[in-house]
Amino acid sequence: MNVLHHIPSTAQQRRTAYRRRQTVRSVLVAATSTAALGTLLVLAVTGAPGWDRVRESFLDPAIARDALPAVLSGLWLNVRLLVCCAAGALLLGLVIALLRTLRGPVFFPVRALAAGYTYTFRGLPLIIVLYVLTLGVPGLRLQGMPPVLVLGGLALVLTYGGYLAEVFRAGIESIHPSQLAAARSLGLTYRQTMRHVVLPQAVRRVAPPLLNDVVALQKDVGLVSLAGPIDAVRAAQIATAETFNYTPYILAGVLFVLLAIPLIAVTDWVTLRSARRRSGG
Amino acid sequence: MDVLTCRGLRKEFGDHVVLDGLDLTVGEHQVVALIGASGSGKSTLLRCVNLLEDLDDGVIELDGEDISDPRVDPDRVRRRIGMVFQSYNLFPHLSVLENITLAPIRVHRRPRAEAEAQARELLDRMGLGEKAHAYPDRLSGGQQQRVAMARALANSPRLMLLDEVTSALDPELVGEVLSMIRDLKADGMTMVLATHEMGFAREVADQVCFLDGGRVVEAGPPEQVLGDPTHPRTRQFLKRIIEAGRL
Ligand SMILES: Nc1ncnc2c1ncn2[C@@H]1O[C@H](COP(=O)(O)OP(=O)(O)O)[C@@H](O)[C@H]1O
Ligand SMILES: [Mg+2]
Repeated sequence: MNVLHHIPSTAQQRRTAYRRRQTVRSVLVAATSTAALGTLLVLAVTGAPGWDRVRESFLDPAIARDALPAVLSGLWLNVRLLVCCAAGALLLGLVIALLRTLRGPVFFPVRALAAGYTYTFRGLPLIIVLYVLTLGVPGLRLQGMPPVLVLGGLALVLTYGGYLAEVFRAGIESIHPSQLAAARSLGLTYRQTMRHVVLPQAVRRVAPPLLNDVVALQKDVGLVSLAGPIDAVRAAQIATAETFNYTPYILAGVLFVLLAIPLIAVTDWVTLRSARRRSGG
Repeated sequence: MDVLTCRGLRKEFGDHVVLDGLDLTVGEHQVVALIGASGSGKSTLLRCVNLLEDLDDGVIELDGEDISDPRVDPDRVRRRIGMVFQSYNLFPHLSVLENITLAPIRVHRRPRAEAEAQARELLDRMGLGEKAHAYPDRLSGGQQQRVAMARALANSPRLMLLDEVTSALDPELVGEVLSMIRDLKADGMTMVLATHEMGFAREVADQVCFLDGGRVVEAGPPEQVLGDPTHPRTRQFLKRIIEAGRL
């Protein structure tokens, strides 16, 4: 009857004690095996014949310290570009996906344009889009041409918008038609149905792949440096050329991973949660 | 005046003719039960009335207005018709209360507080008062179906269409949904219900219509259609139902 004052039977007490002992044992086993493997790896790497040379040219603390300000200011560019381009690409992807769901002959040209866009930009290598926009378009010498950085960002938005549109579309199409029927039967218009019934469910369902693409975008924003602006990798490259030492690259790599960790953690968490929801937990 | 009149409805899917000149009339406060074999077009008929399917021929009138006219705004028509589906179709991302208030707030532009008060009243009447903030996946099938009915009723519809609302339920949960329909009938709601529950059709319906070959082949008071059918196809159908132990 009373959940709060339930006294476990001796059988249950024995089971609980056993499970506790098992937990302690597995933690100990895991710690021991991790320590053993770690030691082995460190010994293998530092014991290698070329280790001293590698350490000098890849892991020089003094060079890392010198390169840090330049690499950090490059990384700041990456972060700003990532935030703007991710927001832009998500918005563009969503709009394109919605345009592709429109039915009726009036919308044929819109649908066709949206489909053509996703086909083109998913097929086109990002580097080519970047070169065309940052090198080709300024060549037109039009009045009021935006700076190269904005054009580079646009190239990223256009390319990733194509991928994200397909992810959104898959999400929208995964919503069962009975949900649309239920919404329409209540008198909701097509737009209201999309806004209040289909999209909230679709976005939740595709949040993991969406975030995954944002993580990929984080690595690709640096490509704008091909057109001039200096991002973290480009800053590291410059420092490397000055010192003939690869440590700045390692530094930039570590910073990139540190930057990505929160995003990847969020992605994993969202994936786990949606998997749990789907299994009805 | 009749609430619903269907004349010569035709609906085909590819070369499969599902409704073939179907006629149906539902008077005010009347409860009409649609019976017929699986695949006889009961759901299709209800979906056509709610303008979820395009007709291939025929006319549907709601309160004397031709709603099958393509110039009619279907959203405006659907606001006057409540529909409940076999598989509940609640919105899983919305709480029970939000499911019920969605249409009053978005479609009828009612103030949120007013819509919520009405939703709570409906929920209380159904004994689901304390489930207002639960999500659909936390409810039993019977509870979900009652919420779906509350959601349809929140629009204050002229006509309710119920499509086998108990077919997906465990037997011990059927009763709670049927008793709600009984209450609705007592309130004078006009209803068309597709059903496999012959006993319930007999009890609650003013008229039973047997669908076969895309038409209503026999219609009349339940005692007559279920007890003493004249059409051989109706007899055959009821015989199979009795053999399956469902009457
Ligand atoms: N969207 C559709 N596309 C093709 N065939 C359909 C569709 N909906 C229903 N049908 C067909 O129409 C017939 C009638 O279906 P339905 O109205 O669901 O019958 P009932 O509800 O009486 O069991 C069935 O043969 C079914 O396969
Ligand atoms: Mg059906």
